[in-house]
Amino acid sequence: MKKYLFCTAATLALSFAVAAAPAQAQTKVGMAGPLTGSNAAFGVQQKVGADQAVADINAKGGVLGKKLVEVVQDDACDPKQAVTAANQLVSDGVVMVDGHFCSASSIPASKVYTDNGILQISPASTNPNYTDDGSAFTFRTCGRDDQQGKVAAEYIAKHFKGAKIAVLDDNSTYGKGIADQVRMNLKKLGIPDAYDTSYTAGDKDYSALISRLKQQGITLVYIGGYYADAGLIMRGGAAQGYTPQYFSEDAAQASALWQVAGPAAEGMLFTFPPPAEVGSAAAAVVNELKKANQDPSGYVLYSYATIQVWAEAAKKAHSVKGSLVSKELKAGGPWPSVLGPLKFDSKGDVVDAAYAIYKWHNGAPVLITAK
Amino acid sequence: MAYALQQLVNGITLGMIYGLIAVGYTMVYGIIGMINFAHGDVFMVGAFVGIIVLTALTGVTSVPMGILAALILSAGVCALYGFSIERVAYRPLRGSFRLAPLISAIGMSILLENYVQTSQGALERAIPVAVPGGFVLMNENGFVVQLSWMQIAIVVVTLVTLGIFTYIVTKTPLGRSMRAVEQDAKMAALLGIDTNRTISYTFIIGSALAAVAGVMFLLYYGVIDFYIGFNAGIKAFTAAVLGGIGSLPGAVLGGLLIGLIEAFWSGYATVAYKDVAVYSILAIVLMFMPTGLLGRNDIEKV
Repeated sequence: MKKYLFCTAATLALSFAVAAAPAQAQTKVGMAGPLTGSNAAFGVQQKVGADQAVADINAKGGVLGKKLVEVVQDDACDPKQAVTAANQLVSDGVVMVDGHFCSASSIPASKVYTDNGILQISPASTNPNYTDDGSAFTFRTCGRDDQQGKVAAEYIAKHFKGAKIAVLDDNSTYGKGIADQVRMNLKKLGIPDAYDTSYTAGDKDYSALISRLKQQGITLVYIGGYYADAGLIMRGGAAQGYTPQYFSEDAAQASALWQVAGPAAEGMLFTFPPPAEVGSAAAAVVNELKKANQDPSGYVLYSYATIQVWAEAAKKAHSVKGSLVSKELKAGGPWPSVLGPLKFDSKGDVVDAAYAIYKWHNGAPVLITAK
Repeated sequence: MAYALQQLVNGITLGMIYGLIAVGYTMVYGIIGMINFAHGDVFMVGAFVGIIVLTALTGVTSVPMGILAALILSAGVCALYGFSIERVAYRPLRGSFRLAPLISAIGMSILLENYVQTSQGALERAIPVAVPGGFVLMNENGFVVQLSWMQIAIVVVTLVTLGIFTYIVTKTPLGRSMRAVEQDAKMAALLGIDTNRTISYTFIIGSALAAVAGVMFLLYYGVIDFYIGFNAGIKAFTAAVLGGIGSLPGAVLGGLLIGLIEAFWSGYATVAYKDVAVYSILAIVLMFMPTGLLGRNDIEKV
């Protein structure tokens, strides 16, 4: 027993020594996202972007003379796990966090970061409450669901006159948030939605829901939820010979959607931020990613931009202290980024964030309209 | 009318899958009086073996042969898993206090989930539609009731599997010793029945049934991940309790009932609260029939 104790103590001492030694000349940045669970495809995008940003910044000498080290935490898009991950990042001593991905994770985690004065920049959490809560430390490089929901509702109003519309959501912070925005905006435009309901995320059997949509003669189904469930609904619909127009949001961009739904997803429309990978600001980074055989689409560049704008602001503020960088981010700018110049408003939202309409066609998203 | 028929088809298909998993729970409970919480994860392993076999057989054109190969291999592998789980995690604890094997089972369940997650990845795995098409059962004012080949296959495979299984339990010497161990393990041992072997066989058969359910689940929904065992396991366990845990026809009846409640509640009330409906009905049934629908009253030995 004594021997074991000694071994454990020695290992612990050693691990502290190892961890402590290189910390002096380095700045730690956190990345938290769903690396497991049903949104893991997005966590991968997020990590690819963060890895690349850290590598590029370090190649140019780091931030304020110190190299960046990335600390990665998995939150599986689970609110409880997100808080644990956030506390872990805080105790690891990170100065900023790229994350989280899901709104349901970002919002509870933001309390932890705010309490500890750590800057949080989400590449993808679109729920308005994330920045509306009034914390000085929350930012995002993507748009908001009130913007996204409006774009979707206006597109539906313009292009699907007379459609019988159902709006579904998965009861998550994000899914219900965006679906409610679409419902509200449709109502404003004078288009009633014929059927509203929530489904249980993670269910595999949607046959009863599909039969119900089919029986009500719904011709346009809006899905506020993540790609795995949306894919299963479309796949199950095809099996019952039911093929309405599907419409969804930025979470439908993952290529995993096509793997799940297959040809049933053909023609599905969705809103997503304009393609950053075609912009001139991103050209160099996109080239590097392609050389490393990484797909630059989706949220990769949005994740890249979180660390990029933070680094720029930290240099300007001559400090990595959360409160100073936050002030600088909001006051200064526009900040050069792979997404083009970004300016933040007093809440931490991107000024003039835009949404475009895409369509799934032959296994890949195709841009339909830029505005 | 057509709509109700469509929901009936949806409910029966789902219920058959629940029932097939529930049989595994009920069997183990019947014979050693413990709830094998790792059973749902054996079902998940079965689905994964199925996807590995089907991916390896991409070149094979005969769909029925491919499915048969997946079913047999998956049942074989899962039988091995079931045997090992009992040997490693439950047998050493058999004489221990009542909760010990239960906690061991929960541990086993987490182990299997994490093992599949690390070896197969955390992302969903999907297969293309294996058996496309079906036929139109009814067409009423433009509402077409579809019955897919896959739904028919699920019902047929489940019934055949349960038929074979019932034959084993009621007609063979193995089934006789299983029933004997269930009634009184000590007495059965005194009469020359190898209880350890009988219990091992129970786990082997139960796991093979879970594997069949896993492969059917994979073929029907086409998408699996390492977490499917949890949801399906909870529902199947509920089915076993509703039907009367320990009773084989009860497990199938419970599964069917839950499938039908889910389908009809979603179809006529609200989709959002279907699980609330399932568990409310379970609670009501247990209030009036504490042993479930077909469960028999055990005399508690004090």
